[in-house]
Amino acid sequence: MSIDVKATPERVQADSDILISVENLHVWFELKKWGFSHVGWVRAVDNVTFQLKRGEAIAIVGESGCGKSSLMKTLLLLNRPHKGSVFFEGQDISNIKGKALKWYRSQVGYVQQDPYGALPPFMPVHRILEEPLIINGVKDKHERDERIRQALQEVALTPVEDFLNKYPHMLSGGQQQRVVIARAMILEPKLLVADEPVSMLDASVRVEILRLLRKLQEEHNLSVMYITHDLSTVRFFSERIFVMYAGKLVEQTHIEELLNNPLHPYTKALLTGTSVPDAANATHLKEVPPGEPPSLVNPPNGCRFHPRCAHAIAGVCDVKEPLHFEPVPGHFVNCWLYEDGRTSFPE
Amino acid sequence: MNDQTLLQIRDLVLYFKTSRGDVQAVDHVNLQLHKNKAVVILGESGCGKSSMAKAILRLLPRNVSQYHGQVLIDDLDVMTLSDEDFRRQVRWVKMSMVPQAAMNALNPVLRAGDQVAEPAMIHLGLSKDEAFDLAREMFQNVGVPVDFLTRYPFELSGGMRQRVAIAMALITHPQLIILDEPTSALDLLTQANIMNVLKKIKWETGTSYILITHDIATSSELADEVAVMYAGQIVEVNDAKSFFAQPLHPYSQKLMASVPRLYGDEEPDFIPGRPPSLLHPPTGCRFADRCHLRFDKCDQEPPTFWVDGHPVKCWLYEKDHQAASYTSSEAGDAS
Ligand SMILES: Nc1ncnc2c1ncn2[C@@H]1O[C@H](COP(=O)(O)OP(=O)(O)OP(=O)(O)O)[C@@H](O)[C@H]1O
Ligand SMILES: Nc1ncnc2c1ncn2[C@@H]1O[C@H](COP(=O)(O)OP(=O)(O)O)[C@@H](O)[C@H]1O
Ligand code: SF4
Ligand code: SF4
Ligand SMILES: [Mg+2]
Ligand SMILES: [Mg+2]
Repeated sequence: MSIDVKATPERVQADSDILISVENLHVWFELKKWGFSHVGWVRAVDNVTFQLKRGEAIAIVGESGCGKSSLMKTLLLLNRPHKGSVFFEGQDISNIKGKALKWYRSQVGYVQQDPYGALPPFMPVHRILEEPLIINGVKDKHERDERIRQALQEVALTPVEDFLNKYPHMLSGGQQQRVVIARAMILEPKLLVADEPVSMLDASVRVEILRLLRKLQEEHNLSVMYITHDLSTVRFFSERIFVMYAGKLVEQTHIEELLNNPLHPYTKALLTGTSVPDAANATHLKEVPPGEPPSLVNPPNGCRFHPRCAHAIAGVCDVKEPLHFEPVPGHFVNCWLYEDGRTSFPE
Repeated sequence: MNDQTLLQIRDLVLYFKTSRGDVQAVDHVNLQLHKNKAVVILGESGCGKSSMAKAILRLLPRNVSQYHGQVLIDDLDVMTLSDEDFRRQVRWVKMSMVPQAAMNALNPVLRAGDQVAEPAMIHLGLSKDEAFDLAREMFQNVGVPVDFLTRYPFELSGGMRQRVAIAMALITHPQLIILDEPTSALDLLTQANIMNVLKKIKWETGTSYILITHDIATSSELADEVAVMYAGQIVEVNDAKSFFAQPLHPYSQKLMASVPRLYGDEEPDFIPGRPPSLLHPPTGCRFADRCHLRFDKCDQEPPTFWVDGHPVKCWLYEKDHQAASYTSSEAGDAS
């Protein structure tokens, strides 16, 4: 059974529960020789469709280069869609400019991977947090100060006085990431996009930051897109999970379902590849697929995972792009193994 | 030192001079490693792991203020050698290193194969052709296609470059390889593939490893023993089996509890506070500020106590204290 998930804008608008709707999104980058003659496309995101509800947290998992950041940057309108659209509260925002763009950016907070790189080194914390307020027309100095204090309190950088005048290099990695989060939250956005927010931090600090993000999500009914390559942190606060491989969404479902019943061979490999601390690990090799993700300029025909897949069906997987199947209600997978109604991974 | 011991580190010290005082990055460290075993050094960022690797291999920056102790490898105290002898007899020959972020440190203008072959020419005295043949063999060992021998680093992915860096450390057949965060910057499946490579090499060649990492879960893929470092000191050394089941030092316990798990209901926990500055570390137990089990005695520096043959730097393991807590819990049971 293959299903068509194209939602019309009207349908989206009718459902006020939905904050973001991404439809047949393609993010392609043009590859040029000598700066002008076209030689091809990097298909960083290739025909992706999904919806995000208000207050919902979803995780996007995949290896580097699979298109996670390109997808995010398109949601932030730092990239524009090559094809397809992004709807925010029912409005097509794919091509908005000027005032509308400024307003939209205030609705979306962004937390990036490298907190130090994200903060201007020559600005004290106070100034870093004040900037978005000034840009967005909060003219009253008193109000700005009040909101800055509130934001710092919310990310637990207290007593606030100790942090207002510090420069980024005076803060630990975890504290820097808190400043980044405070900046992302200061305009009270409806959506928070967090791109590998903890991958550069120590384990213990990771837990602190993930808890903070979860608290903010709950208290502000925020929608969150959490991007990571680490499956073991996903359960921490997201409900649904999308697995991406080489520019494609290959599996989407609820987290517990994904952990207990992974369907796509790539997802299965990610789960097998994730270590838990156990001395027995050292006694055997891990069964993980060989090789590396393909180039997105000339991705493999058919299923993009087929050169690495132990289950590939010759004559099918290397020829036809897999359709979108729903073997278990609410559990979607793009893989030919599920064409015949199978509901679990072949052992 | 028995004949299974490969490396013995005694009272190793490496301090750096800065305008605000000495950074006590490696502070009287003791560690032992057996032949064909892997010891993992775990600890948070900045606790001195890379500095310890540098101290062992004598790869020192200019601002060293103190550097002393013993590093015995095969009964030879390499700390007593001149720089020239150390270069000729120890580095590459007895031990080599895959430095932190090695994949970004390859020479951009040298072909991968030539880079891997170079130490074999310099340290094993092989001819260019012989060294290149050996490099080809190393590429196969670490899973890099041999046609990459003639490629430049920028033509390779991060995972492939990291494998090349490992091939380079292997080519002189050292008894010991120090791996500083060898997979931290890599993707999950690349990481798993490289851990497989390291395991195979260990099983097939009898090499020993010192694996430096802050990634506890992945460290268990290679560990025979685990040493936990905190604020410049080693606070626990334990065999992998006991450590991953139940670490001894309160800091190790907290570290373990911070690891998120794929399955199970237990939520990871964090350690409040931050490690102390290594400029002026506290005089008592360095973990005391953050320790949930601290008591009066912890204002003094804990010595090393031996628990079933494992060193632990924590007052909880002092005999008197154990006796005291034993009797008090017995008393509790009786009432
Ligand atoms: N050349 C130097 N001069 C002064 N201080 C230094 C020097 N090299 C390292 N340090 C300091 O020594 C301490 C230990 O650093 P080291 O690089 O060994 O930590 P690490 O445990 O390897 O950390 P990471 O996990 O971040 O790699 C840190 O406080 C660091 O800032
Ligand atoms: N501005 C750009 N121009 C050309 N290619 C790009 C650009 N941004 C990203 N890419 C390419 O798109 C692919 C996906 O990148 P990215 O979205 O950053 O992946 P991820 O975040 O999953 O690691 C990669 O091959 C990357 O090199
Ligand atoms: S479609 Fe075929 S090649 Fe692709 S993941 Fe499924 S079985 Fe493997
Ligand atoms: S010596 Fe005291 S403060 Fe230090 S780890 Fe042991 S119990 Fe905690
Ligand atoms: Mg990215
Ligand atoms: Mg280091």
